[in-house]
Amino acid sequence: MLRLEKRPQPSKAWTWATPLLAVALTMVAGGILFALLGKDPFVAIRMIFFDPLFSEQFGAYSRPQLLIKAAPLILIAIGLAIGFRAGVWNIGAEGQYIIGALCGAGVALAFFPTPGWYIFPLMILAGAAGGFAWAMIPAILRTKFNTNEILVSLLLVYVAERILAAMSLGLMRNPDIAGFPGSRNLRHYPSAHNAEIIAGTGMHWGVVAAFIAVIFAYILLHRHILGFQVRLAGQAPRAARFAGVAPTRLVILCLGISGMLAGLAGMFEVSGPAGQVNIDFAVGYGFTAIIVAFLGRLHPVGIVLAGLLMALTYIGGELAQFMLRLPSASIQVFQGMLLFFLLAVDLLTNYRIRFARKEATA
Amino acid sequence: MKRRHLLASAAVVAGLAFPAMADDPTKAGFIYIGPVGDHGWTFTHDQAREALEEHFGDAVETSYVENVNYGPDAERIMTQMALSGTDIIFATSFGYGPDVNNVAARFPDVAFEHATGYIQEADNVSLYNARFYEGRAVIGHIAGKMTETNTIGYIASFPIPEVIMGINSAYLHAKAVNPDVEFRVVWVYSWYDPAQEAAAAEALIEQGADILMQHTDSTAPVTVAQDQGIFAFGQASDMTAFAPESHLTAILDVWDPYYIDRVQAVMDGTWEAGDIWHGIVDGMVGFAPMNDAIPEDIRAEAEEMIAAISAGEYHPFTGPINRQDGSAWLAEGETAPDGDLLTMDFYVEGMTGEVPN
Repeated sequence: MLRLEKRPQPSKAWTWATPLLAVALTMVAGGILFALLGKDPFVAIRMIFFDPLFSEQFGAYSRPQLLIKAAPLILIAIGLAIGFRAGVWNIGAEGQYIIGALCGAGVALAFFPTPGWYIFPLMILAGAAGGFAWAMIPAILRTKFNTNEILVSLLLVYVAERILAAMSLGLMRNPDIAGFPGSRNLRHYPSAHNAEIIAGTGMHWGVVAAFIAVIFAYILLHRHILGFQVRLAGQAPRAARFAGVAPTRLVILCLGISGMLAGLAGMFEVSGPAGQVNIDFAVGYGFTAIIVAFLGRLHPVGIVLAGLLMALTYIGGELAQFMLRLPSASIQVFQGMLLFFLLAVDLLTNYRIRFARKEATA
Repeated sequence: MKRRHLLASAAVVAGLAFPAMADDPTKAGFIYIGPVGDHGWTFTHDQAREALEEHFGDAVETSYVENVNYGPDAERIMTQMALSGTDIIFATSFGYGPDVNNVAARFPDVAFEHATGYIQEADNVSLYNARFYEGRAVIGHIAGKMTETNTIGYIASFPIPEVIMGINSAYLHAKAVNPDVEFRVVWVYSWYDPAQEAAAAEALIEQGADILMQHTDSTAPVTVAQDQGIFAFGQASDMTAFAPESHLTAILDVWDPYYIDRVQAVMDGTWEAGDIWHGIVDGMVGFAPMNDAIPEDIRAEAEEMIAAISAGEYHPFTGPINRQDGSAWLAEGETAPDGDLLTMDFYVEGMTGEVPN
């Protein structure tokens, strides 16, 4: 008989081993899935996990792309993780991402076509401020009226999407292309372009910002009294209150930081890889980042690895799609498996499996 | 001089090398905005991809990626396709414009074909489109004759010229045979979102629409029409199977001949960037079988209109036509220049509602 026994302390070893085990299990289950679809499972797994990094044909291009795809995920997930640790559930990072992008691009379009070194820094400030302000709506509603921030932040995503559509069709529309939605291409406006810092490396300012955020979050969470309060509030809210943690301040802080980082991610994306404000600018980074945050166990270093891994499955998944003709749904299932296995094997961190003898009946 | 010499000798080497490579299949890649199973827009492109394989056999190898977002994702996938040795890439949605041009500039030896595109910055980018407004005119006529509530529901995707000219074309021809007709338009801001399309269809029926038209790619609207016992027109492919009683006809997208033609040109080394806009006469726009629910006389009129458009005797946008605000657009007998249609951002006179902006 198998029996689960709760560990007195979560196992340190399993905390680090479970993500690896989850990836391994995903490879096995995914391999079976691909085999059932009539594809060579080894080739498919190789294409997803190895070819984007090491193939001669694709590697030189996909390695930098990995950074480009992972940067916004990491930047957003870092902010979310701080909140999640404190029990503040910002589900609406996608909305803050959109508003940050709109504010950043708005600054650029207002200055167009004047050149100036100060434009890009201003865009960064505007992007951060935009995301921050959008996150303050659920924050203030929660602290003043005790509304649920999960619901409010999520619903504000749809509001942000409508504002994005309205901006793409109206105020920010490129006046030089008649009839089509979308703003001017910021890639063609050097003062506002978030270009690669070293060409061909994928390193744009958003990647730099993501790394700074990781270091900042690490220090905050592990070396600063505020980080202690965040963790305490998440694990033992009552004790936190006795320890003098002001819940209001904490909610504002957590939503503010995550909103700001999501806004920054949006701004770096719109001025770089995406290049323009358009109706379908937002492709779900804000939601995927929630997965990344948990995949990375809400730990800054874990989030970096998780972000890179997610990016890898996207890029490798695309490769497998057109090289092997896998349907896109199978890649989504594959990504889903990864999350599923991760949560499933999490059990091993908190529980021990015992092989118990049948209890003797007295 | 030296450089030119070098180029010339490179060309000779390439020329010599060509016969040896003749055994290599020509690779054609496709990126789709929706899933291949949408039974609408993407489905028809994928059918044409299959037609390529059938036509050329082993001489061609095709690949595709579904559900590709506009922007960085599209750019990355096309780059990877080009790196994998793809010779011709078909990008089948208007929003890929900037991405197609970015990638094309980096891969001058790869041919790019952009459906319903409007940006041509690199000389290896071809644009192709179909004159769907010709089809819209025909279904507008049928709808105008058949509606009993004088209300037509229109499920629109994005407010771009392509969609706006479709609405105008359908409206003008419904209005021509039924002065009381009114169009209600719902914008869903997506090409493929069955849930939203179905919700839009239901909302339109509640507002009194008894015939639906759609400029989105799923079968959801015709399915709703079937359930509620009203009529609808399919989109892109024959959707009769999803709504046997309700499906009046559909405007068909027929890409096969064009794709075969372009891939053949790549094989022959004669491919050149072009910019085409083909209509009923070229076979790019077709019609699904007309439902028996359409009365005989109306069907005959529709066939007549199709023949007239095909023969070049009739242009669906023939003046006098005013803009919605009452200002003159086309004078008596004047036909719309293509340039006006391809940048159309206004409704014609009589339409209610506003183009979102």
